[in-house]
Amino acid sequence: MIKITVKLFAALRKGRFEKETRKYSSDTTVKQIIDELNIPRDQAAIIFVNNRHAKLDHRLSDGDVVAFFPPIGGG
Amino acid sequence: MEALHNFLRSHAQDDRLPWAVQEEAANRFGLTYGAIEETALEINLLPLRYQRNRQTITTAQQLHLFRSSVAVVGCGGLGGSVIEALARLGIGQITVVDPDVFEEHNLNRQLLSTLAMLGKPKVEAAVERIKEINPAVTVTPIMKTFTKENGAELLKGVNVVVDALDSIPIRLDLGDICKQWKIPLVHGSIAGWYGQVATQFPGEDILGKIYPRGAGKKGIETELGILSFTAGFVASIEAAEVCKILLDEGTSLKQRMLSINLLDMEIVEVQL
Repeated sequence: MIKITVKLFAALRKGRFEKETRKYSSDTTVKQIIDELNIPRDQAAIIFVNNRHAKLDHRLSDGDVVAFFPPIGGG
Repeated sequence: MEALHNFLRSHAQDDRLPWAVQEEAANRFGLTYGAIEETALEINLLPLRYQRNRQTITTAQQLHLFRSSVAVVGCGGLGGSVIEALARLGIGQITVVDPDVFEEHNLNRQLLSTLAMLGKPKVEAAVERIKEINPAVTVTPIMKTFTKENGAELLKGVNVVVDALDSIPIRLDLGDICKQWKIPLVHGSIAGWYGQVATQFPGEDILGKIYPRGAGKKGIETELGILSFTAGFVASIEAAEVCKILLDEGTSLKQRMLSINLLDMEIVEVQL
């Protein structure tokens, strides 16, 4: 098992959480976390792993910090 | 020209020029308000309207702002407030782009919308508002949708572009055009209590980093709507970015984005 800290921003927090350190099996990808949290794929527009841009298939390591931002498009 | 200089100097209050004098000079010398304001600033006379700017923005900088050209793409919640701020700041040339007319559901947040303006073009409201604030500002209204095809033409000669759009694909096109033509672009977008601001400088693809290519047309604003203060807040940050870029002062949002959450009163900076 590995420990991943997940940070959610803006409306992604609603009904979920702001920040949690959670246990996942090793080799977990960003995509699996999004699915586990029931976040629709298109709602995770910006993904950071340890403050760097990451993609859905990024494999996480113990201690990683993952952050998700939803798409904001209004004016 | 000498006669105009003498007129302005002799009618100034110390080195400040009241509007009534600018108006009289325009009539007497058959010049536009814009020409009078520029001439005044050139000879180091400050239009009285800028008196409260001067401890922060010098008269020389005020002249630089007056000679600057800014395009605001989108005249809704963000655009209306950005236009208001830029006109009061003293930007001399403002291009406003929006294909739409005002609808009743705009009244909750769009500064330029009023009951009297419902059904009327947003760019027309922008022209009227700027004229009410300062007739020396030259406004170019463009009642069209910004596209990849017309973009380069619309932004010709513009020093800074403000993204005040409401569509993700059009934002990506705007980012591409600004990249291609090497124009700094101040990005802002809003939804509900939330917003974000970032600035794309020539050579960068910041919009492409914020929105995945092939993403949907809209974001979470379709579920959350938009609140008035979110629009005003993000618009103010955008206007401040424009001012700093033009004056080459301070630290801009280069390769970083502010993510704003007014519900939890949290502003987070992320590196792009």
